[in-house]
Amino acid sequence: MNPLRRFLRTPEAVAGAILLAALIGMALIAPLLFPGDPQAIAGPALLPPFQDWSLPLGTDRLGRDVQAELFHGARTSLAVGLAAAAAALAIGSVVGTLAGFAGGLVDEVLMRVTDAFQTVPSFLLALAFVSVVGPSLGIVVAAIALGTWTGPARIARAEVLSIRERDYVASARAIGMHPLEIAFREVLPNALPPVLAMSSVIVAAAILTEAALSFLGLGDPNRVTWGGMIAEGRAVLRTAPFLSIVPGIALVLTVLGVYLAGEGIVETTAVRRGLS
Amino acid sequence: MSALASIHDLTVTYRRDGNAVAALRNISLDIVAGERLAVIGESGSGKSTLALAIAGLLPASSAVCGRIEWPGSGRPPLLGRDIGFVFQDPSVSLDPVMTVGKQIAEVARTHLGLTWSQAYAKAKTLLERVRLPDPDSALHAFPHQLSGGQKQRVAIAAAIAAGPKLLIADEATSALDTIVQAEIVALIRRLVAEDGMTLLFISHDIALATELAERIAVFRHGQLIELGTTAQIVSTPSQPYTRALLDAHIGLDAAPLLNRAGLHA
Amino acid sequence: MTRALILLRRRLVGSVFVLLIVVIGTFLLLEAAPGDAVDAYIVSTGGDAGMIELLRHRWGLDQSELTRLANYLWALLHLDLGQSVTFSRPIRDVILERLPNTLLLMVSATALSFGLGSALGIYAGARPGSARDRFLSIGSLALYAVPGFWLGLVLIVIFAVDLRWLPIGGIETLASDKTGLDRAADIAIHLILPVAALGFIYLALYLRMMRAGMAEAWRQDFVLAARARGLSRRRVVLAHVARNALLPLITMLGLQSAQMLGGSVVIESVFSVPGLGRLAQEAVAARDTPLLLGIILTSAVLVVVINLLVDIAYAFLDPRVGAGEAGA
Repeated sequence: MNPLRRFLRTPEAVAGAILLAALIGMALIAPLLFPGDPQAIAGPALLPPFQDWSLPLGTDRLGRDVQAELFHGARTSLAVGLAAAAAALAIGSVVGTLAGFAGGLVDEVLMRVTDAFQTVPSFLLALAFVSVVGPSLGIVVAAIALGTWTGPARIARAEVLSIRERDYVASARAIGMHPLEIAFREVLPNALPPVLAMSSVIVAAAILTEAALSFLGLGDPNRVTWGGMIAEGRAVLRTAPFLSIVPGIALVLTVLGVYLAGEGIVETTAVRRGLS
Repeated sequence: MSALASIHDLTVTYRRDGNAVAALRNISLDIVAGERLAVIGESGSGKSTLALAIAGLLPASSAVCGRIEWPGSGRPPLLGRDIGFVFQDPSVSLDPVMTVGKQIAEVARTHLGLTWSQAYAKAKTLLERVRLPDPDSALHAFPHQLSGGQKQRVAIAAAIAAGPKLLIADEATSALDTIVQAEIVALIRRLVAEDGMTLLFISHDIALATELAERIAVFRHGQLIELGTTAQIVSTPSQPYTRALLDAHIGLDAAPLLNRAGLHA
Repeated sequence: MTRALILLRRRLVGSVFVLLIVVIGTFLLLEAAPGDAVDAYIVSTGGDAGMIELLRHRWGLDQSELTRLANYLWALLHLDLGQSVTFSRPIRDVILERLPNTLLLMVSATALSFGLGSALGIYAGARPGSARDRFLSIGSLALYAVPGFWLGLVLIVIFAVDLRWLPIGGIETLASDKTGLDRAADIAIHLILPVAALGFIYLALYLRMMRAGMAEAWRQDFVLAARARGLSRRRVVLAHVARNALLPLITMLGLQSAQMLGGSVVIESVFSVPGLGRLAQEAVAARDTPLLLGIILTSAVLVVVINLLVDIAYAFLDPRVGAGEAGA
């Protein structure tokens, strides 16, 4: 049974894929469905949802269209989630491969540095980084990656430690390949699968961290973010709780979709590799 | 000579990756009360499946046809109480984070209704019976602190803690060193005699079987191909496979074995 | 026992080294900020160029980076974290004032998430594949996906605004002069919602780990052997399967402490709890870099200490540790 069929037979994985597709759809359609600035005033302030069908989800404190903000917020969450995860996986793979392959002092030093990054709570680190350099999308991505690269690094290192004793590495050495070349052309590609298995967890964590940073006011001020929307809604929590609740539901569904789809992919491809 | 257990036409099928694999085919066999019966075969012969089937430990995914009767008691046997089971590898058949004494005591407590202190006292007695050095400290030792042979003695003690009528040893010596194997075989023989238990000894080692058993059953590919007393099997095997098994056993003790069978090296 | 002590000493030396890297790294990071504490101070209080220079000199901010780093490290050895610009008090005092609240929050939340999480995990893992197992599996995944700060707000809306059972925030009723048990009860009531918010997020983690651990333990041969000895299902599940599945969770406790400290930043912010997390947010807002540095350092020390304690606890619980075997 090929992996796709197996994936389609797992209800949780399919549900996750549907959620993810919805999210990606929202992100892509946003500029088409809601052209113009989503932060522009669209109507009267604090309009409840389902009253005016041109503003189906109502408006916020300043009269901005909640639905437009919701759709545009999906772009930010998706972009940051994927970019931060990619950066964390890239940094982690490189550091882990170097440490595992080189061994000795390089390994010791790199592992102590990894320990240091793991000792500081990643959110505090992200907080400090964003506050030092200034909030913008790229900085937020870097800040999140700074806190999450250590997991992939450890996994990559563990894989490399077992791979480097294998025959094809020895023969590459015998041919006279430069160690760095061996490390990144032979070893790293084979060490990747377990690292990539972590990617859904990292993407999910990145999306949640970005939301938390935006909630605290450290997100990119020029972009609509779900975290920012929740923070805005906090001021009118008593009178208009939906302003904070709706973006939160979007976050939960997004992260859930990432988890389920990601776990589904890992399960179906892992079985194919003959792991049991 | 009454039968402890009567196996009628037993067939066991495992399901693996959507395929049905027949591990046992139409086995009919009686286990006589008080006897020492060895079941011999190579891997895949179904001998372990037979042991699990008698004990009622088959996985849920297996399909069972035929029946096993227990004429002596009339009811199906209780695990631990009526049947003691000793597994092959004592380093994985004991819980690594529980003391050895507690693992024996909990069996006594479950089946004999003893208090914990009574159960621990019984555990100590059992450790003495299986000849474990320094039973007092052994009670509080963890499995990883004991050697392979010592661990297997503990496993045997736990198996007989509730005084079962039938002891099943499934390749109980295969994971041990040769000298230790002989000690464990001697231990099993002594315990079975002392308590009047029936012994079902599963092994791939025919020489071990001939030392321990009164009757030998030879299995191949899930079928019972020969059954007889030890003397019969060794001197006049009727099946070519049995003869091949005997011949294949070449060892330092081959001469006495062959002499006993009336043949010469 | 001596082997354990040798291990401990090696860990301590390693930890000091790691903390050193943390200090230097964070110091250099915060140095990269455009503008410093003086700029932030001037913005709020006003002053001319002469004033700026005077303040810089007074606060030692006109010296070279390396000199300042050296001075900082030297001060650290005397447990002096410097002066906070925002509060005009020694940073150590400010931190020590707020630390107990965060510790209280974290310990309670950990107790909730670990206790309830592993109990539910055992309940689910006792019958793998059953309806309750699948329900708890999906449910915990959904909980895992919930942002902590949002959960906090939802809890506030339900329990503090709509039902009015619990207070909206803070750690105790202000100016109430309660003492002893009364005060403890007051604090406890204020902490119910924040602890619930922080605890429920990580509950999902322990639930899933315990469930996975149980599934793994069920496959072990000693479980079949325990069944072969005729032990009751309940005993097999609790005394053998769960006990073995618990060990990796203990290790997780240590790893989670760092994440929970980070999580406490938003929770304390949502519930206005005067703890270390909230202090970090205030430091960021005020660009009080020495304070932020002090908080990060304190958090790192806290994480190291917690991990050490967890390792000691683990050594107690897993008899294979220190025996030269591959224990965990």
